[in-house]
Amino acid sequence: MTVVQAPRRDAPPAVPPRPSFRQRLSKWDVKFSPYAYIAPFFVVFGLVGLFPLLYTAYVSLYDWEIGDDDPPFVGFENYVQLFGDGQFWNAVGNTLSIFVLSSGPQIVIAVLLAALLNTRLRGPTGWRIGILIPYAASLVAIGIIFANLFGNQYGLLNSILEMAGIDRIDWQAGTLSSHVAIAVMVNWRWTGYNALIVLAAMQAIPKEINEAAVVDGAGPVRRFFSVTLPLLRPTLIFVVITSTIGGLQIFTEPKLFDVGQGSNNGGSSNQFQTVTLYMYQQGFENFDLGYASAIAWVLFLLIVVIALVNFLITRRLAATEGGRR
Amino acid sequence: MRNRPRRTLTLTTILATAALLAGACGSSGSGEPADSGGPIELTIATFGEFGYEELLREYQANHPNIKVTERKTGKAGPHHQNLIAKLGAGSGLADIEAIEEGHLSNVLDKAARFNDLTQIGPADAGADRWLPWKYEAAKSKDGKLIGYGTDSGPLAMCYRKDLLEAANMPSDPQSVKALFATWESYFQAGQEYVQKSGGKPWFDSAAQNFNAMVNQQEVGYLDRNDKLTLENNPGIKKAWDQVTAAVAQGQSAKLTAFSNEWNSGFKQGAFATKACPAWMIGVIKEQSGPENAGKWAVTDAFPGGGGNWGGSYLSVPTQSKHPKEAAELAAWLTAPEQQLRAFEAKGTFPSQVKALESPRLAAQTEPFFAGEPRIGELFAAQARKIAQPQYKGPGDGQIQENVTAPALQAVEQGTAPAQGWQQLVDGAKKIVG
Repeated sequence: MTVVQAPRRDAPPAVPPRPSFRQRLSKWDVKFSPYAYIAPFFVVFGLVGLFPLLYTAYVSLYDWEIGDDDPPFVGFENYVQLFGDGQFWNAVGNTLSIFVLSSGPQIVIAVLLAALLNTRLRGPTGWRIGILIPYAASLVAIGIIFANLFGNQYGLLNSILEMAGIDRIDWQAGTLSSHVAIAVMVNWRWTGYNALIVLAAMQAIPKEINEAAVVDGAGPVRRFFSVTLPLLRPTLIFVVITSTIGGLQIFTEPKLFDVGQGSNNGGSSNQFQTVTLYMYQQGFENFDLGYASAIAWVLFLLIVVIALVNFLITRRLAATEGGRR
Repeated sequence: MRNRPRRTLTLTTILATAALLAGACGSSGSGEPADSGGPIELTIATFGEFGYEELLREYQANHPNIKVTERKTGKAGPHHQNLIAKLGAGSGLADIEAIEEGHLSNVLDKAARFNDLTQIGPADAGADRWLPWKYEAAKSKDGKLIGYGTDSGPLAMCYRKDLLEAANMPSDPQSVKALFATWESYFQAGQEYVQKSGGKPWFDSAAQNFNAMVNQQEVGYLDRNDKLTLENNPGIKKAWDQVTAAVAQGQSAKLTAFSNEWNSGFKQGAFATKACPAWMIGVIKEQSGPENAGKWAVTDAFPGGGGNWGGSYLSVPTQSKHPKEAAELAAWLTAPEQQLRAFEAKGTFPSQVKALESPRLAAQTEPFFAGEPRIGELFAAQARKIAQPQYKGPGDGQIQENVTAPALQAVEQGTAPAQGWQQLVDGAKKIVG
C-alpha cells in the first residue's frame, strides 16, 4: 500500500531510489527480528509442550503396548472403555474430593494469612520467608514424613489421639480419612506460597482507598470485605486457576501416602488413587500406553472445564462483593 | 550505526535458535559399529545389591581387552520399568540386564528381543549347572533361554523364640517343626498363639503368606495358555479362605511388607513368625536392630514343603553389540564359584547345584539368630525341597503386587473376605484383559 502511494507525494523522482543493502537489512530487522526473539520459547514449547500433547492424542487412538512394533488402530475404543471404567470414575471422584479438601481451605487461609502479614509486624521479611519454607522443602521428604505421621500403628498422630482418649484412625484405610490426610499435606506445602502472591497484590492496593474507607467509618472487617477482596479479584482468579491445575494433577502425595510406599494403587481398594496415579499405573506398570494416553487427554479436558468453572465463580463472587457498595 | 548492535543480536538469535533445533534433533543416531581389535566395552545393569563389584574388577584383570561398567539402580521396580521402556524404544539397554523373578514373565513375553543363551553362551553354562526349576523358569514358550540364574530365595520359617516361650509354646528349632509342617498346622498354631499370648498377632501380613501359598500351587494365577485360573483354581481359593480366616482370628499384624510400619514392627516384636526367604535374614537383622539380637530363630521347615521367593537372572538383550562377550561374562558371573563369593559379599543365596553342595556355603552361620544356625546348610536343604517351577504368564507379577496384596490389605482393614475375593478376581481380569 505504501509503495503504491509513495510516488504521488514526491513527484520528481520517477524511479524510487533503490534502498541500499544496509537499509533493506534494517527494514527486515524491524520486520522479522521480534519473531526471532520470541521464537526460542515457541520452539521449546512446540518440542516439549505441543508435540507431546498431540502425540499423546495420536497414541490414544491405538491399542499401544510398550514394545509393540505396529500397534493396531482402535479409534476411540480407549475412550469408550475409559468411560465405562469404574476405577477411572473412582479416581476422578478421589481427585475432585482431594482437590476440594485442599484448594478450598488453602485459598481462604492464604488470604487470611496475607491479611495478617499485611499488618504492621516486626521483622516482616522473616515472617514472609517463614511461610514460604514448606514450599521449598522436598516434596518427596514431605510425603514420607507425613505418611509416617499418619501411620496406623506407630504413627505420631494416632499416638496423640490415643493419649487424648480418642480412638485411633486408620488414615490409609478410609476414603475420607485418607483424603483429609493428603489434603493436609497439600495445604501445608502450598498455603504459604499462595499467601505470598495474595500479599503482593494486597500491597499494590493504593493506601488512599483504605484511608477513604476509614474516613467513611468502615471498620477493619468491613474494609477487608468491601475494599481489599474486590480489588484482589484478578490475583484470586490467578491463584484459583493455578491451584486447580496443580490440584487436579496431584500425584506425589497419594503415591507416597500408600502403605507400600511408591505403590500406584492408592490404597488397598484404590480409595485414594487419583487420576494421574491411575494414568501412571496404566502406562508404566501395565505398559498400556494407548489407554494411559486416553486418560491423559480426558484429564486435560477435565482440568480445562473445571478451571473455566472456577474462573467464572471467582469472578462473580468477587464482583458481587464489590458491586454492593 | 544505531542499527548495528541490533543486527548482531538478530543474527545471534537466529543462530541460537538454529543451534537449539539442531541440538534437540541431533543427539540420536550416533551408534558406532562394533570394531574388532580395540577394547570391548560391556555394560551390566543391576539393582539393589548383587555383590559384583569385586568380581568385575577381577574379570577385567583377567581379560585385558574387556572393560566392564556396572549401572546400579536402587530398587527393582524402576530398574524393570526402565528395562521395558528401553526394550520398546529399541536402544539404551546395557549388554547384560538383570531381571528379577517377579518381572520375568513380562520379559519372557518379549523373548524375541533377547538372545538365546543356549545359542551364544559358552558350552560349560549348561542346564546341569542350576537347580532344575531355576533353569526352567527362564525359558520362553518357544524354548529360548533368556537368562542365567543368579541368586534364589528358598523359603524357611523365621520366628521369635522369646515370644513363643512367653506364650508357653514349643520354641526350639526341632520342636517348632511340627507347627510349621503344613498350612493347617501353621494357622492352628497361630490361633493357639493368639489365645495364649493375649491377642498378639502371629504373622506380619496376610499377603506375605498368601504369596508363598500361591507359589506352591501347581498352577498359579495363569495357566500355560495365559488364561486366568482364579475362578476355577481350587488351590488358590483354598489358600485365600485359610488366610482370611486367620486374619479374622486376629493372627495378622496387618503390617504391609517393606512399609515403615512393618520396619517398626520388627523393633517392637509385633509378630511372632515370618515367611523367610534366604535374603530375608539380612532384612530381619537390619530392621530388628542389635537390641533384638538372639530373639529370632529359623528352622528348616516351611508350611507345605518348600518354595522359592525372589532371585534374579542375567539376560543379554539383542540390542547388545557384543552378545557373545556379554554372554560369556554373564556365564562367568553366575558360575558356582562366583555365586559363592557374591553370597559372602552381599548374602545373595546361590541357585547352582555345585554352589549348594559346597562346604563353604554349608559352613556359613548367622550369629544374630538364636543358636547361631548354619543358614547356608539350612537354606540349601530348603532349596532342594522346591519341586518344579510354576508357570508364570504375563501379568502374574502385577496381579500379585497390585491386586492380591491390596485385596488382602482391604480384608485386614475390615472388608469382608468374599468382597475381597471379588476385588481380586475383578482386578486380575482387568490386568489379563
